Amino acid sequence: MNAAAADQIFVTLKHWALVHTPASLQVLVSILLTIIPIIVIFPAIFALSVLLERKGLGRMQNRYGPNRVGPFGILQPIADALKSLTKEDIVPRSADHVVHYLAPLVLVGAAFLGYAVLPIGRNMVAANLDAGVLFFFAIGAATELAVFMAGWSSRNKYSLLGAMRAIAQMVSYEIPLILSSVAVVMMSGTLSTTSIVERQAHYTATLAHWNVFTPWGLAGFFLFMISGMAETNRSPFDLPEGESEIIAGYFIEYSGFKFALFFLAEYLEIFSISGLGITLFLGGWSSPFSFFAWIPSWIWFFTKLFTFILFFIWVRGTLPRLRMDQLMNFAWKFMLPMALIVILSAGIWRFLPAQSAEMAVVRWLVCAVIIAVPYVVLARALEQGKRIEKRTYRYAE
Amino acid sequence: MLGEGIIQGLLETARNFFGSYVEKDRLTTVQFPEERRPLPEASRNFPFLLYDGTDPDAGLRCVSCQICEKECPPRCIHIEKSKDKKPDFVGKMQAYPAVFDIDVSVCMSCQICVEVCPFDAIRMDTEFELSTTDRFGSLLYTKRELAKSNEYYRKIHPTEAAECDARRAKDVEDTKAKAAAAAAAAAAKAAQAKDPAAAPPPASSASTNGAAAPARSEVKENQ
Repeated sequence: MNAAAADQIFVTLKHWALVHTPASLQVLVSILLTIIPIIVIFPAIFALSVLLERKGLGRMQNRYGPNRVGPFGILQPIADALKSLTKEDIVPRSADHVVHYLAPLVLVGAAFLGYAVLPIGRNMVAANLDAGVLFFFAIGAATELAVFMAGWSSRNKYSLLGAMRAIAQMVSYEIPLILSSVAVVMMSGTLSTTSIVERQAHYTATLAHWNVFTPWGLAGFFLFMISGMAETNRSPFDLPEGESEIIAGYFIEYSGFKFALFFLAEYLEIFSISGLGITLFLGGWSSPFSFFAWIPSWIWFFTKLFTFILFFIWVRGTLPRLRMDQLMNFAWKFMLPMALIVILSAGIWRFLPAQSAEMAVVRWLVCAVIIAVPYVVLARALEQGKRIEKRTYRYAE
Repeated sequence: MLGEGIIQGLLETARNFFGSYVEKDRLTTVQFPEERRPLPEASRNFPFLLYDGTDPDAGLRCVSCQICEKECPPRCIHIEKSKDKKPDFVGKMQAYPAVFDIDVSVCMSCQICVEVCPFDAIRMDTEFELSTTDRFGSLLYTKRELAKSNEYYRKIHPTEAAECDARRAKDVEDTKAKAAAAAAAAAAKAAQAKDPAAAPPPASSASTNGAAAPARSEVKENQ
């Protein structure tokens, strides 16, 4: 009973607050009580993850990272925020002022809207839409519009190049992103994020029925996360802001608070795409083992989210930026076929019988082979003609 | 196989990440204001004026010959010569700078002033934390701000300072020897004038004889 109370503490609090408000204001208060925590908590996680990122990247490069503002540099996000708030906001004279002004707002707005359908705990979802996954991807596509608004309105060749790169990349990676989640939608038989999580929150011999524990779910999860990284312009897919070639990409002409908004939107998108990955493949707010089910559901969600954030930082500290042709080849020659194979494997999984334990193992192996063989073939094809040899120099050495 | 290299790379960064908490030598960063590395002896940035002894006004080596002022490529030195004179380290009467200003915002740290100074009076400093809130007044260094003791010079550039000190000690000795020789010659001359019959010099002055001999010819040449 106590564990259940802790699990539902925020839901109970909201009900309590609604009971004590006049009936005429109840709808408004209910909406505000749903939206404000999202608007407060996720930017707070953004501040925390920026600090973690700077410290973590520093350690990966054998540096200290920020350690001057406050003890161990923990007040660095506050200093960063004050800096961006007080900086001068410069708008190029020949920019399209209205669009230039609107682009960061549209981007942040779209980034926040994605959280509407993320179940961050049991009974904790802002809008339980029947087509939640579809809504999420539709909103995700709106960020492309905002990126191109920013790139186009700045009237700068670098920002335009960055925006075009961003569009090419986002459009290419949206296909494997959506196709890999189609497998989950197929198996769950619903587009509602809440139902998808609830279907995964069952246990067989203490282990949860997460999609990631199936071969198609595992492959789909990897495809989803790789495309998610590309979709949110996260390193190593941060070509739209390649410093060495196009300086900062589509937000080159933004300064001060507008730049901070772009920065915020980028991280919000990372969190929301991670949140959707958690929802679709990692059982959302459910615990992996039944004996951990007493831990409140929202703690599970945020633990998983932070694991994702740390993994993203780790990847950023490891991988160099891709080249544009590598990016496109990878999207169309590897990710897309693999996503289709995953859908095939999920379909086969659905129709193979699994009444007994042996049959379940056979089903697991068959589906794994269906994914592993094309993986090897496609990987060979992708690496063909790109054998890494010792480089010989004509004049050096 | 595709993905193998990524895993290797991830392991490498993980090793760096955890290693930086365990092995202290991995972190090469010097935490600057608290931790400082000793500057290399050859480091230099802006010129300063040397003085001997404890009084920067009395001991200032500069004789305001204004060679550095003329040679300075960006023209950052301003000197005004004094009307009166005072004895320098060998006792010779020399002028001194009434005003000696260096605009360090103009100085390009070329060290030409040091190269041309015949009096070992100007040297390069190693002090680099020079930031100030007043860029006009505070970056124009006056004579008093520029004057630094020879002990300070020995501390920042020991090798160079030792050479310089040896040279100056030799100058002092030469001058003293010269003065002694001149005095001996004058004494001998006086003695000769007094008593022309005493041709062989007294036995007590035999040791100074060698030094006196060239001095005498010098005196003759001067005459």
